[in-house]
Amino acid sequence: MTEHTILRVVAKLTIPFILLFALYVQFHGEYGPGGGFQAGVIFAAGIILYTLIFGLDEARRVIPPWAVRALISGGVLIYAGTGVACMLLGGDFLDYNVLAHKPAHGQHLGIILVELGVGVTVTGGMIGIFFVFAGRGRRREGTVE
Amino acid sequence: MSTFLGLYNYWIVVLLMMIGFYIVIGHDNLMKKLIGLNLFQTSVFIMYISAGAIDGATAPILGNVDAPYAHPLPHVLILTAIVVGVATTALGLALVVRIHEAYDSLDESEIIAACDTGDEPAAEHRDKA
Amino acid sequence: MDNLMIEALTLVLLTLLAVTGLAIARLRNLFAAAMLTGLFSLLSASVFMALDAVDVAFTEASVGAGITTVLMLGALALTRGREKTVTKMRTAQALLVTGVTGAALVYATLDMPHFGQPDTPVQQHPLRAHYLEASEKEIHIPNAVTSVLASYRGYDTLGEVTVIFTAGIGVFVLLGTARRRRR
Repeated sequence: MTEHTILRVVAKLTIPFILLFALYVQFHGEYGPGGGFQAGVIFAAGIILYTLIFGLDEARRVIPPWAVRALISGGVLIYAGTGVACMLLGGDFLDYNVLAHKPAHGQHLGIILVELGVGVTVTGGMIGIFFVFAGRGRRREGTVE
Repeated sequence: MSTFLGLYNYWIVVLLMMIGFYIVIGHDNLMKKLIGLNLFQTSVFIMYISAGAIDGATAPILGNVDAPYAHPLPHVLILTAIVVGVATTALGLALVVRIHEAYDSLDESEIIAACDTGDEPAAEHRDKA
Repeated sequence: MDNLMIEALTLVLLTLLAVTGLAIARLRNLFAAAMLTGLFSLLSASVFMALDAVDVAFTEASVGAGITTVLMLGALALTRGREKTVTKMRTAQALLVTGVTGAALVYATLDMPHFGQPDTPVQQHPLRAHYLEASEKEIHIPNAVTSVLASYRGYDTLGEVTVIFTAGIGVFVLLGTARRRRR
């Protein structure tokens, strides 16, 4: 769709703000509505918009398949890793009180890390699933769109 | 009248649930069945959130308000359920695409008939993975 | 007065939802059905907002009206877009089963407490007050939903993240590594 000037210009204007809003929602999930799930989906929506306008090959250059796999697995590792770190520091699994010198700070730190893990996995999952669905059709046609 | 006002949420939830249920059992098309399943899921979410709502309450974000807060636990459960629902739908759609590639049809009766006669029109497309 | 407006809004939105559901059931063009499903998700996100569930509305709007619609359209592009008609016998059977189940469920709802009252068993359970207070005292973050999701019910969220991980891997295995040949 690159030849459609209006679409291309509007996409270039809005995609940075979409990604920025996703980061805002991720980190302000404790003070307002939001959190990891919503942020991951909004980030993936920005990347999906980029893919629709500029093509799957361009999008695969921006986020290569190894990055998608790293995102999906990395989020789960961050989440479980926080739990294991709590265990190593003397508490139970996912007991954030032991992560810092004061329990409230430990809870803050734990929640930030955990929501980060959730956001990363949701981003990678949604982007990966969309790339797979989009890439399947191209194989059938044999021509590059 | 007060029964109607107090219960219409749940009645509409039952109506939506039954519409989704009807789509799943009354249609043969696999995509339509997935859509019906989505309808069913969403109606269950509305039921949970209705159970947790209070008249004149506000969102469970603590601040200096003198209104009661809505119950936060159903919100947490439904948040999880929505995301799990989209994961299930994505897998279901991937399966539908593969079935279409193997049998060249999305109709359940045609696919079952093709299975029964042992005739898969696209057997050579199966992956040796 | 405020309450009346919100109740009227909820009633109108729920009626629109029911009408959209009926339209989805009757459509045979799958593209139109997928778009109406997106509309259904957006309307239910509005219902969640009217019922004070802001986090849930956010998630339903982005996930339901966004990702699910995109994936359905992607799957429709890879398959065909119309549905065959079903025999009248099948429709009648399905309507009969659905009617009986619906009647039983409506009969069951007559026992339920009216929604919105603060004295239902759901609202009176001590867990509600505990979560709202502890989110203030122990964790010091205003959003009670996030504190319950990430801290008090952290195990459930870990399971959910694993579900997304599994779904991603499942879709990769199913669709990502094909060696398709032309017929």
